[in-house]
Amino acid sequence: MRSARFASFDVTDFETVTGHEAEWKHTPVARVQPLIDGTLDPDIRPVTATASSDDSVTVEWIDRNDSRIGSAGKPEERASANAWSAFESALMVTITGEQPSEISVTRSALGTGARAAHTVIHATHHSVGTVVLQNSGDALLSENVEIILDEGAHLTVVTVQQWNASAVHLASHFSEIGRDARLKHVVVSLGGSVVRVNPSAHLSREGGEVELYGVYFADTGQHLEQQVFVNHDAPNTKSRVSYKGALQGVGAHTVWVGDVLIRPTASGTDSYEQNRNLLLTDGARADSIPNLEIETGEIAGAGHASASGRFDDEQLFYLQARGIGEDEARRLVVRGFLSEIVQKIGSPALEERLQNAIEAELALSTAS
Amino acid sequence: MSVLEVIDLHVSVETEQGTKQILNGVDLIVNEGEIHAIMGPNGSGKSTLAYTIAGHPKYHVESGSVTLDGQDLLAMPVDARARAGLFLAMQYPVEIPGVAVTNFLRTAKTAIDGAQPPIRTWTKEVTEAMKNLRMDASFKDRNVNEGFSGGEKKRHEILQLELLKPKFAILDETDSGLDVDALKIVSEGVNRAKENTGLGLLLITHYTRILRYITPDYVHVFVDGRVAEEGGAELADRLENEGYDRFLAPASLG
Ligand SMILES: Nc1ncnc2c1ncn2[C@@H]1O[C@H](COP(=O)(O)OP(=O)(O)OP(=O)(O)O)[C@@H](O)[C@H]1O
Ligand SMILES: [Mg+2]
Repeated sequence: MRSARFASFDVTDFETVTGHEAEWKHTPVARVQPLIDGTLDPDIRPVTATASSDDSVTVEWIDRNDSRIGSAGKPEERASANAWSAFESALMVTITGEQPSEISVTRSALGTGARAAHTVIHATHHSVGTVVLQNSGDALLSENVEIILDEGAHLTVVTVQQWNASAVHLASHFSEIGRDARLKHVVVSLGGSVVRVNPSAHLSREGGEVELYGVYFADTGQHLEQQVFVNHDAPNTKSRVSYKGALQGVGAHTVWVGDVLIRPTASGTDSYEQNRNLLLTDGARADSIPNLEIETGEIAGAGHASASGRFDDEQLFYLQARGIGEDEARRLVVRGFLSEIVQKIGSPALEERLQNAIEAELALSTAS
Repeated sequence: MSVLEVIDLHVSVETEQGTKQILNGVDLIVNEGEIHAIMGPNGSGKSTLAYTIAGHPKYHVESGSVTLDGQDLLAMPVDARARAGLFLAMQYPVEIPGVAVTNFLRTAKTAIDGAQPPIRTWTKEVTEAMKNLRMDASFKDRNVNEGFSGGEKKRHEILQLELLKPKFAILDETDSGLDVDALKIVSEGVNRAKENTGLGLLLITHYTRILRYITPDYVHVFVDGRVAEEGGAELADRLENEGYDRFLAPASLG
């Protein structure tokens, strides 16, 4: 039951991870062990942040005792709590302008030592902005990201994982959605050995809305996971969840868990979640687990869809019957399949960059 | 002069109940510039013939041959057949999410011609062809067949026929599901393609109504996976009046 999961800020409150827990049973625990049990380096200086406008955005480092920390969520598993217990200062991004601004946070030199990180993104009332977390290079990172939207704020958060092949990254994103506020959250996972990004959204005020999107491409031996949690806790809130993934190669493994909880307080909820996976070769595995818990009879709508399938031979035939060679036809279909999510980001430059990244991923996999 | 030759073609499919024989010796010769209508009852194997010529992996050729100007089409992958000059307008065109029509058309044209079409003339040509088929310009930016109505899908097939300029085209029930206006527009497109390129046509249909707008040189009646009777355009009129009953084995009559 998602409604009754244990949570604590303190890592010592959590039992030893066995790998059978709901939040760990799909994850290769041995490969992430240093993040669950190890000592984490709190030094997170190898981070750069650039903002498109100076007057409506502030980016600063704040102390772990700052009162702005801890308002959006509480760790529900040990690696998240381990990071929470370890970090010393947090990156604080505050968006105040009503004109759209874009902030980019780049992490490309984290190295191979185990680290903890903490980020707080706060969109004040009626502000509009986009925050991109751009990740590349080496990493052995456990982190928490708090996302707070005040009344009427419109915020887009995009986290892009283009880590090196050996990187391990566990992230929990906790968002708190204010009255009539709207969050668009996008997880793009392409590179890394084990990448698990778990976004959760608490719709705690009337009229709040979230769109949670994700796109991932897993190659041989890669484990890409996302555990999504939407918590409808106020009347007339709306959520849309859509994740799409492609898998190619032996041992490519993806996991999508979509928990949607509609509490008794959430009459008039409108919710829909879906996950689709395209298995391009044998030996790849996509786990897709939607889960709806509905505790009120008065909802506007709730549904889910989940499908993982082989390449559609009819699509391939259609394109080939127009003279297009098999490899190019496959690329067209996969690119099309994934770009449906990318197109939702709403930032043309970023969309193009991500399309190119997917393109590169495809080129790599067809070359091998 | 180009020619598409089908000789003694036997085709089966694998079903859950085992191998099912569908085509039982089809002979057909289509010369460039000729229009052949293939008519026949449901399940007689018309689509099977079309898909087999185009190379759909589901259909297994037991024996026989299909050649285009002497080249063995059956030995070629699907895309090579298209590049050799074959086109199939499908009975049920599939949707391809995330692939925009313009991108699809340009990619196909580039593949068929072996070189990118010159941008200015190509764009003009696409716009013009869409206008002729009364397709709104907004279709360019939509994803291939996604959310298209039945009639829109058929127009999109004919749009490709006009732009890709094949030597031979097989139209599999392009007329079904079209209202009279759409039927006229689509027929005009087919006639235009023939006028412009002199292609040979294999027109698969249930009904004679499309033959009012596209006049066949030959009509073949397809029954039980083979050609049961052949004739000129007048055979179509006879079928219109008499139906297929006289071709069906007594056992299969109700
Ligand atoms: N994959 C398949 N599995 C089983 N039977 C098949 C398969 N494909 C075709 N058939 C059968 O082969 C026969 C011929 O089918 P085909 O689609 O070629 O007929 P058709 O003449 O095009 O019919 P229609 O006029 O309805 O389009 C039918 O009995 C059909 O059920
Ligand atoms: Mg048919």
